[in-house]
Amino acid sequence: MISRIIGSSARGLKNIWMFYYTGFREMTVGKTLWIIILIKLFIFFIVMKMLFFPNFLSSNFDNDKERADHVRHELTNR
Amino acid sequence: MSDLTTVVDWSRLQFAITAIYHWLFVPLTLGLSVIVAIMESIYLKTKSEKWLLATKFWMRLFGINFAIGVATGIILEFEFGTNWSNYSWFVGDIFGAPLAIEGILAFFMESTFVAVMFFGWNKVSPRFHLASTWLTALGASISALWILVANAWMQYPVGMEFDPDQMRNVMDNFWALFSGIAINKFFHAVLSGWALSGVFVIGVSCWFLWKKRNVEFAIRSIKVGAWFGLAGMLLTMYTGDGSAVEVTKHQPMKLAAMEGLYHGHEGQSLAAVAILNPDKEWDNDEDEYLFEIAIPKGLSILGRHDMNAFIPGIADIINGVDINAEGDTINTVSYAERIAMGKKAQNALRTYGEAREAGDSAAMASSLKTLKENYRFFGYGYFKSVNEAIPPVGLTFVMFRIMVVLGSYFLLFFIAVLFMVYRTTLLQRSSWIQWIAMVSVPFMWVCSEAGWAVAEVGRQPWTVQDLLPTIASVSAVPATSVIVTFWLFALIFTVLLVAEVSIMCRQISKESKKALS
Repeated sequence: MISRIIGSSARGLKNIWMFYYTGFREMTVGKTLWIIILIKLFIFFIVMKMLFFPNFLSSNFDNDKERADHVRHELTNR
Repeated sequence: MSDLTTVVDWSRLQFAITAIYHWLFVPLTLGLSVIVAIMESIYLKTKSEKWLLATKFWMRLFGINFAIGVATGIILEFEFGTNWSNYSWFVGDIFGAPLAIEGILAFFMESTFVAVMFFGWNKVSPRFHLASTWLTALGASISALWILVANAWMQYPVGMEFDPDQMRNVMDNFWALFSGIAINKFFHAVLSGWALSGVFVIGVSCWFLWKKRNVEFAIRSIKVGAWFGLAGMLLTMYTGDGSAVEVTKHQPMKLAAMEGLYHGHEGQSLAAVAILNPDKEWDNDEDEYLFEIAIPKGLSILGRHDMNAFIPGIADIINGVDINAEGDTINTVSYAERIAMGKKAQNALRTYGEAREAGDSAAMASSLKTLKENYRFFGYGYFKSVNEAIPPVGLTFVMFRIMVVLGSYFLLFFIAVLFMVYRTTLLQRSSWIQWIAMVSVPFMWVCSEAGWAVAEVGRQPWTVQDLLPTIASVSAVPATSVIVTFWLFALIFTVLLVAEVSIMCRQISKESKKALS
């Protein structure tokens, strides 16, 4: 019974894989769009996020107490 | 100009342009997904190949917009962490839940079912495919819900308790987030997307008519677009009225700015057409308008659904004056008092922190009591004068009118299109009417963006109403870093926008040459 469940799960996963594989392969204008999406995601997450948009509090303070103390100082001394 | 002011201004500008760009794509996703689902439902019911071709055509345009627009909103979250760190820490517990749910729902629901939408033709059953199309549309709207709930909380912060140890607002009532402001905002924003998509479908279809290609397809699409758009516009106006009532209750300064109203009256008129007096300040006797055509009692009806209700102006709000439903003058908290309370709250927060470091529990308790008594006006403590608490009146006023005038135009537009398409052949025959429809398309985007400008410019100087102004919300970062990222972002998004428009136009032109009827 377990082997039947494993077998049917494997077939199910394979069907899902083939669904996406053939879907992507048969794309026309979708291919251009996917190239744009991947370039965009690379620019957003690798270039912009890592180089230009570091999380200020995470980068400059080691723990939540330090971050809270910093924010308290900022909010009471502006 | 101090470095801090420069950081604030560039951070605001960057966030504004990011949000404007993001909102170029979102309303079309929200509305076109439903139009596609409607057309596919008609196809499944009628089994007519014509409706299948129409569904697939508009689905492709939906896909282009969806693909170009995806992840454009993520930059806003990056900006929270980099430019607005005080704000994002301060609100973190409140924002975290809605944005996390939005991310999870957006990722799983939309991306799962959008794949079935595009890849599933002839691979899944027609009913399952149709269900996937509807679930994609629903997923988009549910994503919007969480973002709008978070934004509504900024306008009307409720359901939380401020924790001075964590320096965060901690959620103590999740369901309070679904305030009247949140519910109206959600429906108003989503339904405006329906109206926008209706205009888009009509505009593109009129291009087909102008080119005399696939005329039957174009007429079919126009009928769906026009009915859908009309429903969207009527409901947008209904929820807009609801939003005005909520703004009157919880953000009276925003309503006053929208009207350029400094001195309110019972049975307050609404300035239908007006030119603001640039010399008018809240504390001088200049006239509010250089020219005005007013709708008598219009603002009282809009804001309080009572033609004799008092609507306070900017000066009334600053002076802490209101008139209740019984006609009695009542005192609200004047801005001078709010500034005093805000300074007390900030001082109490400072002494609380010092007492905590010193381990002085008695002093901590005393400071905490003062903080809680004055917390509701915490943000006013940053102002040196009440003028700093007034939103940009001119911009809010103009944007409100742009939104209303264009919204009214499009209501008539949908009615006129429906009349022409059902009762006459004017739409098919007249190139100038087709051109009016095509040229109208970008104006619907202007209308939609103007609405956001009213909401967000009218909210100034607050990031969180009454609790945190922009001056306290920004990170202690150099202004140059914000300026650099602003231009970087502007360049990237302009390239993306040009890519979308050109791919969309190319696809429309290519599809128009195929048989769609």
